[in-house]
Amino acid sequence: MKLSVWTYEGPPHVGAMRVATGMRGLHYVLHAPQGDTYADLLFTMIERRDHRPPVTYTTFQARDLGSDTAELFTTACHAAYERFRPQAMIVGASCTAELIQDDPGGLAAAMDLPVPVIPLELPSYQRKENFGADETFFQLVRHLARPMARTPEVTANLFGPTGLGFRHRDDIDEVTRLLSDLGIGVNVCAPMGATPADLARLGAAHFNVLMYPETAETAARWCERSLGQPFTKTVPIGVGATRAFVAEAARLAGVDARLDESRLRLPWYARSVDSTYLTGKRVFIFGDGTHVAAAARIARDEMGFEVAGLGCYNREYARPVRTLARDHGVEALITDDYLDVEAEIERLQPELILGTQMERHIGKRLGIPCAVISAPVHVQDFPARYSPQMGLEGANVIFDTWVHPLVMGLEEHLLHMFREDFEFHDAAGASHHGRTARAGTGEGGPAPHAPAAHSPRDISGPKMDPVWARAAEDELRKVPFFVRGKARRNTEAFAAARGLSEIGVETLYEAKARYAR
Amino acid sequence: MPPPPATGCRSAPVLKERGQHEVFCGLTGIVWLHRKMQDAFFLVVGSRTCAHLLQSAAGVMIFAEPRFGTAILEEQDLAGLADAQEELDREVARLLARRPDIRQLFLVGSCPSEVIKLDLAKAAQRLSARHAPHVRVLNYSGSGIETTFTQGEDACLAAMVPQLPEKSARELLLVGALPDVVEDQALRLLSDLGIGPVRCLPARRAEDMPLVGPDTVFALTQPFLGDTHAALERRGARHIPAPFPFGEEGTTEWLAALAREFDVPAGRFEQVTAAPRARARRAVAAAAETLAGRSVFFFPDSQLEIPLARFLTRECGMEAIEIGTPYLHKALMGPDLDLIAPGPNLSEGQDVDRQLDRLRAARPDLTVCGLGLANPLEAEGLATKWAIELVFTPVHLYEQVGDLAQLFARPLRRRDLLKLEAAE
Repeated sequence: MKLSVWTYEGPPHVGAMRVATGMRGLHYVLHAPQGDTYADLLFTMIERRDHRPPVTYTTFQARDLGSDTAELFTTACHAAYERFRPQAMIVGASCTAELIQDDPGGLAAAMDLPVPVIPLELPSYQRKENFGADETFFQLVRHLARPMARTPEVTANLFGPTGLGFRHRDDIDEVTRLLSDLGIGVNVCAPMGATPADLARLGAAHFNVLMYPETAETAARWCERSLGQPFTKTVPIGVGATRAFVAEAARLAGVDARLDESRLRLPWYARSVDSTYLTGKRVFIFGDGTHVAAAARIARDEMGFEVAGLGCYNREYARPVRTLARDHGVEALITDDYLDVEAEIERLQPELILGTQMERHIGKRLGIPCAVISAPVHVQDFPARYSPQMGLEGANVIFDTWVHPLVMGLEEHLLHMFREDFEFHDAAGASHHGRTARAGTGEGGPAPHAPAAHSPRDISGPKMDPVWARAAEDELRKVPFFVRGKARRNTEAFAAARGLSEIGVETLYEAKARYAR
Repeated sequence: MPPPPATGCRSAPVLKERGQHEVFCGLTGIVWLHRKMQDAFFLVVGSRTCAHLLQSAAGVMIFAEPRFGTAILEEQDLAGLADAQEELDREVARLLARRPDIRQLFLVGSCPSEVIKLDLAKAAQRLSARHAPHVRVLNYSGSGIETTFTQGEDACLAAMVPQLPEKSARELLLVGALPDVVEDQALRLLSDLGIGPVRCLPARRAEDMPLVGPDTVFALTQPFLGDTHAALERRGARHIPAPFPFGEEGTTEWLAALAREFDVPAGRFEQVTAAPRARARRAVAAAAETLAGRSVFFFPDSQLEIPLARFLTRECGMEAIEIGTPYLHKALMGPDLDLIAPGPNLSEGQDVDRQLDRLRAARPDLTVCGLGLANPLEAEGLATKWAIELVFTPVHLYEQVGDLAQLFARPLRRRDLLKLEAAE
């Protein structure tokens, strides 16, 4: 047993739902107790889908336990086929049904439905959501795709976009455009938007574009083996990666690499003088393996940040992420426990967090700016506007998204210049509110050493924190409020490491020198 | 308000269905129960699905140091059962060491823990003994195979009843977790009527838990408390039947039943209730303009559907087409059913696809349903009201009558306001 409050990934059958909901003409019959339908609202609310997910739940109850549940499954399967008339069905069990061992695959096979029925084995107590999506897509491809003649013109399949995927909708457009500029058509995009009949003609493409390894790598490998289709290894997130992707796709297609960069703005924006202040900003990067790898490259090579730490929650990608971390000279954090992530962020004190919805909450708690780069995400990260991560427009979107939470360069400069101004200090409040404005507390984040502020999770005894001398307190107050919390923590850490019991002005400036870059 | 109907719906036929239920399981109750019981922790023993459900239902609340979590069963827990109890002991010890402010710990059963027959009752006894007197450990099941949505609260309160200390005194017990602001209003009204002493189940803190005995009388504030009702009767307490306190009429009838029990003079009742009744009637009038003459269709969700349909039909002039409820407790629901004129289809349980067929045939003006159905139905051109909001928002008693009516009026007003189709 493992105590958990927050999970980065849902159970594997939610991954299967993401595949089924992304597709059309496919129906999923899920052997599951009453209540598992909660997963529908992820799609109807977070992704704002205007249709119910194509999932029928058997909804067994306590009184059904015994021989009855198998019959319930068969009835539900029949009813679902009759009502929805899908081109193909997938059947499987949720975590509870896995325990009662009804064998949905066997039961469905015995029903002799006139469409392909594909059984899913998703071990709920070992694996998670991304595995569920990857395995489901693989089983669909394996059952439905057949070798066939290639299309006369060069085409590729797009692999990996699903329901509830982070920016999948717009990434498809962006990648389609990159390929189209090379003269490469899209044969099938799957799972998103594809029907089972479309999967049957996957074999006609010349190669596959693996957009999201998390949800489609197994299928891409199977197609490479069984259909002779190579697949792209570069995920085109960021300028460098997009250029490398175009070169790779051109090589696979046997055409000249062409990339019209007229709409790309990230390189100039990053070079313009206002971005000088981004130099060496320390970032912490966390999310799924693919987005973390892409973000680390952009952060260092395209934004001029320093990667202070990185990691991922999906163990399937632990190995490449560890290699990547070594390349950046840091230790990778591979965990699905957000408390570990929080502790690491607290220890590293980065100036920017690039992460998931959970890291956004952690950032809020610690007073550190954060931008979202990976699932799991909430409703605001399924925006109405066009906002891909991939390709050239993706790079533009990423520049804006990452810089937005930071204090802009000029703004930071002005804050420094006028920090002691009588109208422009943190206790003054906003001038456009007139005299009614209430000033903030001006502490720049929670006081880290107030005795009552011990986190309830903290079970260590009271710490002997160094005491601040009056003069040092006054000096600390001259530090701009938005970095004061960090200055306080750094100085205290510095003093504690040297066994100092009192912090004077000297200590403050020694610490500043120590942490300066 | 119209006079009560000559015959209500108490003996109307009920369509009982089974099939796919588009509802939450009882675990969801934790999301509001833990806000009410400020020193309690709810530990679900279940799977990743259970943790994922709580996270999806609790939304952003999850990061404010929540007092709930899931002990996720792993493969080795399923292999041998003896081990699972030790694992649980270890996780509980770690949890309680980390959260010394916790005084009550609920081990909440889930579908997986019920199916493998993990004995959480025995675990609760053992852990209670180990962590006494500081922490009391109780257990109940919020599994989907046994409970639907709000029934999780019923199972929780029913588990507490046998543990309440015995006391023989004529006291009134209010049963059901109400938002604090509403509970305070209830206590003020009852005190003005001279009814007392009054206690609440659940109490906000462990040390304020009520006493119970043969002289206790109790009133339910929520309709989904069948098992708690039975558990209290087993302790000798007596229930005061009444319609549930939604709307001006419901609140007045509910208070009147308590006033009769405690022999409150009619003059005093009138004096205490006249002003808030008038306020409530004024507050409902604005929303009733939007709602009057429109039809409403309830999908099953919380068991609040019947009293809410009573409020909408009698106080807002709506017409109910179908009132679906996950479970219909005839005895508890009787007073509300008596006030609903015959006509609406009553259904218990669900076969969601068939119910959707009936909905599409009826094309009601407003559909009350869960979040999994709301957007798809809006896309079909049907106005909807998310049912879950009715459980989280303060909606009981006089001062909330206007808010309650507005919850139903707002989606209809919004449809009238948006002129997007015309712009295309």
